Amino acid sequence: MSYWILALFQAILFVFLAPLFSAWVKRVKCWLQNRRPPSLLQPYRDLRRLFSKQVVLAHNASFIFRLSPYIIAAATLLAAVAIPLLAVNLPTAAIADVIVLAGFFALARFFLALAGMDIGTAFGGMGSSREMTISAMAEPAMLMAVFTLAMVASSTNLSTVIGVMLNQGMVLRPSLLFAFLSLVLVAVAETGRIPVDNPSTHLELTMIHEAMILEYSGRHLAMIEWAAQLKLMIYGVLIANIFFPWGIAEQLDAASLVLAFVAIGLKLMIIGVALAFGETLMAKMRLFQVPAFLVLALTFSVIGLLSHIILEIS
Amino acid sequence: MQIDNALLITGVLLLPLASAIVALLSDARPWLLRLLVFPLLGLSGLLAVWLGALSLFHGLAESFVYSPGLPWLHWHLRIDSLSGFFLSLVGIVVFAISLYGPGYAREYVHGKQPLAVLGLFTGLFVLGMYLVLLADDAFAFMVSWELMSLSSYFLVSYQHQHAANRRAAFIYLLMAHVGALAILLGFGVLAGFGHGFTFELMRQAPLGLMWSSVAFTLGLLGFGMKAGLVPIHVWLPEAHPVAPSHISALMSGVMLKVAIYGFIRLTFDLIGNVHWGWGVGVLAFGSITALYGVLYALLQTDMKRMLAYSSVENVGIIFIALGLSLIFFGSDLPLLGTLGLVAALYHSLNHALFKSLLFLGAGAVIQRSHEKDLERMGGLLKRMPWTGGFFLIGCISIAALPPFNGFVSEWLTFQTALQVDSLQSGVLRAIIPIAAVVLALTGALAAAAFVRLYGIAFLGKARTRRARHASEASKGMVWAQGILATLCLLFGVLPSWTVSAMSRITENLTGYALPTASAHGWLWLTPVSAETASYSAPLVLLGVMLAFLAWAVVYFVLRPSGKVKTVRDDAWDCGFGPLSSRMQYSATAFSMPIQRIFSSVWRLREDIDRQPEKLLPTEAASIRYQLQVEDVMWRWLYQPVVKMLHITVRRVGRIQTGHLRHYLMYSFVTLILLLWLIT
Repeated sequence: MSYWILALFQAILFVFLAPLFSAWVKRVKCWLQNRRPPSLLQPYRDLRRLFSKQVVLAHNASFIFRLSPYIIAAATLLAAVAIPLLAVNLPTAAIADVIVLAGFFALARFFLALAGMDIGTAFGGMGSSREMTISAMAEPAMLMAVFTLAMVASSTNLSTVIGVMLNQGMVLRPSLLFAFLSLVLVAVAETGRIPVDNPSTHLELTMIHEAMILEYSGRHLAMIEWAAQLKLMIYGVLIANIFFPWGIAEQLDAASLVLAFVAIGLKLMIIGVALAFGETLMAKMRLFQVPAFLVLALTFSVIGLLSHIILEIS
Repeated sequence: MQIDNALLITGVLLLPLASAIVALLSDARPWLLRLLVFPLLGLSGLLAVWLGALSLFHGLAESFVYSPGLPWLHWHLRIDSLSGFFLSLVGIVVFAISLYGPGYAREYVHGKQPLAVLGLFTGLFVLGMYLVLLADDAFAFMVSWELMSLSSYFLVSYQHQHAANRRAAFIYLLMAHVGALAILLGFGVLAGFGHGFTFELMRQAPLGLMWSSVAFTLGLLGFGMKAGLVPIHVWLPEAHPVAPSHISALMSGVMLKVAIYGFIRLTFDLIGNVHWGWGVGVLAFGSITALYGVLYALLQTDMKRMLAYSSVENVGIIFIALGLSLIFFGSDLPLLGTLGLVAALYHSLNHALFKSLLFLGAGAVIQRSHEKDLERMGGLLKRMPWTGGFFLIGCISIAALPPFNGFVSEWLTFQTALQVDSLQSGVLRAIIPIAAVVLALTGALAAAAFVRLYGIAFLGKARTRRARHASEASKGMVWAQGILATLCLLFGVLPSWTVSAMSRITENLTGYALPTASAHGWLWLTPVSAETASYSAPLVLLGVMLAFLAWAVVYFVLRPSGKVKTVRDDAWDCGFGPLSSRMQYSATAFSMPIQRIFSSVWRLREDIDRQPEKLLPTEAASIRYQLQVEDVMWRWLYQPVVKMLHITVRRVGRIQTGHLRHYLMYSFVTLILLLWLIT
């Protein structure tokens, strides 16, 4: 029972820390660009304000438009529940393995793209088309990267994978290096960060994610924004805990849980800094160069998979 | 019990026959169609499901001897769990069709074509499929196979006033017969070594590797042609769209599965001793088919043609799973082979359900909006809420999203592919992950294709007047879709129950079951072991609901105290005045980025007609863009074959001189030759 309570606690922590993580990335970016950062609580204030605002729907919005935010939020939340944040061996990790995780993201994306097309504006269709194109290449790359991990650990269960990584000690495997590179590229593309998409612009010709949610307002917008922040944090935790699993709790005592909390906090802070550096140093790519970026990710993951099969299985 | 079962099977076979005969009278009395023809079919479907359930859950496995046709050639029929499974799969769809048919056929009542033809051949088609599944000797199998092919040919050419339909039907007929010939030769090899054409004797045929490979290759060619493997798929995207929609559902949803059944029966049962090399071939063909199918589906603007190409894709996925299964069986890893086989069976079931659902939905849309082209639809969800809702479920299922059924079978296929560590051969270990990459890419592209299909047809604004005035389909049509949609969810949420039922099939077929799959109760699906992978679809569904609840709580905590009403207003138009339906993204525009990325896959003909502005010629007053997508296989494979055929025929034609004396000489020489041969 205590396992389920911890899993619930972990999920709540995930949901409530996600805006903080985005705020942290934004803050580091501001520092790097010589701007005054907003308070770390600003995303929370934004969400609260959006939740209390009136919802304005377009005249021809169908039920898909109203349903989508809830499904997007629910699917992203489920993905967060399945990921070990503080401890491994939680019962919730068995509900969904990494393939199901990719499935949750696909479900959220499916409805996001449909919602973008529901009103019938040019921007919505544009965003949906671009989002599905990018994901069509990012999703295989992500699956291949996690398959490499799954083969190393002979399990697609995230908790087991992290457990294996934790206990194998410092072994540098070429396959893991390639999987790591691939997953980083995929994470950048899937969370809509520079150089693939820019979350802080509404420039018509370049936007992808923002184009789909242009017609949303009020609580619907709040849920989608929150889900996007959650997704960013999920990818952060995924990379942090799989490739650098040190500190995650294997026993459920208070000391190791506190240690795990501090460890994941530190790891996320470092990832946030890295992301902010990347976003500051790079410019956004042209849309038709994004496929090259994603093919690179796919190539890395396939090389990782093959190098595991050829070099590491004896 | 013996009599009971024989009676059941007779019932299953006689009901569609009765339906076909009654249909002969329906031209003068269209009410017969509603009151007798389709209900009889539906009853046969229910009986088939019942028989299938008996064989799956009560181990019904019996042989029967019937004596239609020639007096010295009895028909051997047999039901076991494999044929029972496919029988119930056919039965489900036939039952849905019987609800859908009366409403759908209404538009043909005052049409040019006789209703009798539609009813007659629908009945015979269904009968043919039942018989193929029950046949226990090669003779009965081939006769029923022909019955199935020929009756479906007449259904494809039902609306024969259009030249395109006649052409499609002819290609279908031609390829069906080339395929049937290959199957016949394959059976011939087995019958030759087994000294008899019953399946029982064929099973015992002592085949060497060479002859079993020959039989397998012929089977793959014949059944692959019916199933739609690339490059022998070209009849499929021509024939499926032009048939009446409930027939398309039967052909795409079910007839392709009958071909899969034939392949499984031949390979795993009759030949039995599989070789891993066959698996590599099947895996390669499956991967190519899956990717090719989805890429072509992405560019189609004809709704039913798009669904037909998506069938090609799904057949590819089934063959990927079958290929994995063959590789593992051939490498002495029967448990993993069984897993692959279960994945293939599961995907066959799923594809039958959601593809029939989607074709029925497409039929409703086409009947109600009189538009076939996606570019002329739009906003149909508001006009046809039920059809739109069920179509959405079909799209989610086929795009392999949890917790619906398409996801489970794809998940099982991935799990099979991930077990390559157990293989000895390094080459195989490297090939299988490549197939997994292709499968992942296919899945992601399929999601894009179905977002496009649904978004363009059902969402947004109506693009034409006819789409604007569409209305909901009749009750029976909606119910048929509802049943299939419910089953899509059910088989998605109860995978461990389904897999344990399916492992009975594999146990009878190959001697191996999947003991671990549901070892942790019905909540958990653990195909290999709990540590390796687990998926709990019921908990995912529960989780979705709980997550809804959680967000509702968040909303109620954060929402302001005063009452806030949701208002409706115009969408943002950038300040340029009202948006029109022409400003929406079109289907062609939606797939344009993907079209650019994979541009070498298709043979595209783009016509751009740009009219310059009168006063400022650098600006365009109007641009017309037209895109035609041609299947490259026509150019690469079929046109050379046709050209060769023409050249050969012309050479042979030289001996036809038109002079009587030459023909007399030919006869004389032939006679002499024959006399010399027999003495």
